Amino acid sequence: MATPVDPPAVLAPISQAGRIGLFLVRMLGSLRPQPSLLLSTLQQVYLVGARSLVIIMICGFFVGMVLALQAINALEQFGASDQVSLLVGKSLFRELGPVLTALLFAGRAGTSVAAEIGLMRATSQIDAMELMAIDPVQRIALPRFLAGAVSVPLLTAMFNALAILGAVVFSIGVMGLDAGIFWSKLQNGVYFQEDFIGGIWKSLVFGGLVSLVAVYFGFHAKPTGAGVGTATTNTVVLSSVLILVFDFIMTSFFT
Amino acid sequence: METRQAMNTTEPIIRIRDLVFRRGSRTILDGVDMDIARGRIVAIMGPSGVGKTTVLRLITGQLHPDEGSVEVNGQRVSSLSSRELQTFRRDVGVLLQNGALFTDLTVFENVATPVREHTDLPEPLVRRLVMSKLHSVGLGGTEELMPHQLSGGMARRVALARAVVLDPQIVLYDEPLAGLDPIAVSTISRLMRETNDALGLTSIVVTHDVLQMSRLVDYCYIIAAGRIAGEGRPDDLKRSQDPSVDQFMNGKVDGPIPFHYDPGGPEWSLLQ
Repeated sequence: MATPVDPPAVLAPISQAGRIGLFLVRMLGSLRPQPSLLLSTLQQVYLVGARSLVIIMICGFFVGMVLALQAINALEQFGASDQVSLLVGKSLFRELGPVLTALLFAGRAGTSVAAEIGLMRATSQIDAMELMAIDPVQRIALPRFLAGAVSVPLLTAMFNALAILGAVVFSIGVMGLDAGIFWSKLQNGVYFQEDFIGGIWKSLVFGGLVSLVAVYFGFHAKPTGAGVGTATTNTVVLSSVLILVFDFIMTSFFT
Repeated sequence: METRQAMNTTEPIIRIRDLVFRRGSRTILDGVDMDIARGRIVAIMGPSGVGKTTVLRLITGQLHPDEGSVEVNGQRVSSLSSRELQTFRRDVGVLLQNGALFTDLTVFENVATPVREHTDLPEPLVRRLVMSKLHSVGLGGTEELMPHQLSGGMARRVALARAVVLDPQIVLYDEPLAGLDPIAVSTISRLMRETNDALGLTSIVVTHDVLQMSRLVDYCYIIAAGRIAGEGRPDDLKRSQDPSVDQFMNGKVDGPIPFHYDPGGPEWSLLQ
């Protein structure tokens, strides 16, 4: 039997990307519309999505405050501090909301999914499933992948809402800007379809990417403590890089 | 039922011939032959790292032999397609070393998983089946517990209930008694015998626990240095004159089974 040969180091990232792509194909190939899949996906939406809400909301609120602070400082020099809601809204809905939510999700939920699956590998639970003629990709990976893709857009919407609240608190409550001007500029200058929904589409892709990377590394973790640790580290590193790379690609194609 | 009784003959249910398995340049199994008779409990014994679990993985089709064949019920396992392998595995129960219970499911759901996955039984029947299996391993009343709330012995018993819940023909045990206290060891051993005889199973036990296996099993294979060093009934093996079998069965330090790991290269020497 021919022994598989490792690719040269320079080709390793390409080979890794290929393996992750094949894993995605295998996962999607196992997709069957069954009530059990819906149930386990909803359960995972609660575990990875709902349980990330608090951190997303706190971070969103403070990001909104700091955005407003920086925007007011910059715009004041041109006598345009009343444009703060426009600047905050555009940058938040198009870029910061989806990207920061996905990065936070990778750190909070991606690592937990990779560690959970890695531990299942280390304690032979995945082996047991295969021996029971149950496809572990369908049973374990697919619901977590779908849950990530569903959760990140919802979390992004929540992040955006809390960030706007943070901007309102700082701009109107602290800096004393006029509330009417703030809201009218936001309403007239920020477009629901183009800005908000555009960002939500991005977050759907980011959610899919983070979950794919997390389930892939969890599934292929070495069955040791160090192996599980490496899987979680790789998940954060690769998902963060991919989020920023795909953000640039999507922004340059769709803007 | 008739079919199961009709098959309960001395004709081997598992036939292994000239089995060779290598990992890289190391030969783990080198020409192993085994015949596992129906209805028996057969032990595969030998020192740690000799390839006992590898034999189980070759039987279940998780690994493929480099040479030779593994046949179960006349089917060559390595030739089965992925779909055929899935069907084949439904008829084989496996109890892994640490039980391998699903940590996110209750005891009940652990045992019910294979039933839900492979049958369309209505929920009341699933419940009745799972509860009867839990009762048979003495764990009625634990169905709502999570695996982390169980002792090692209880977890192993739940894993046994899960392995036999679909009434397989063959049950494979990988070190079922490792790390258990003496009472749990006796309990699991008794359950293995009772389950095997009551359900008309064939059981293969991978272990290095000579004492317990002498009491439990019908037949033993001892693997050393990649080959079958000895086979027979446990009592006969204890009296064997074969140096490897004698060393293993009687726990002797000196003998042909080496203490040092053999990396497969030239021998290390102080003079080198």
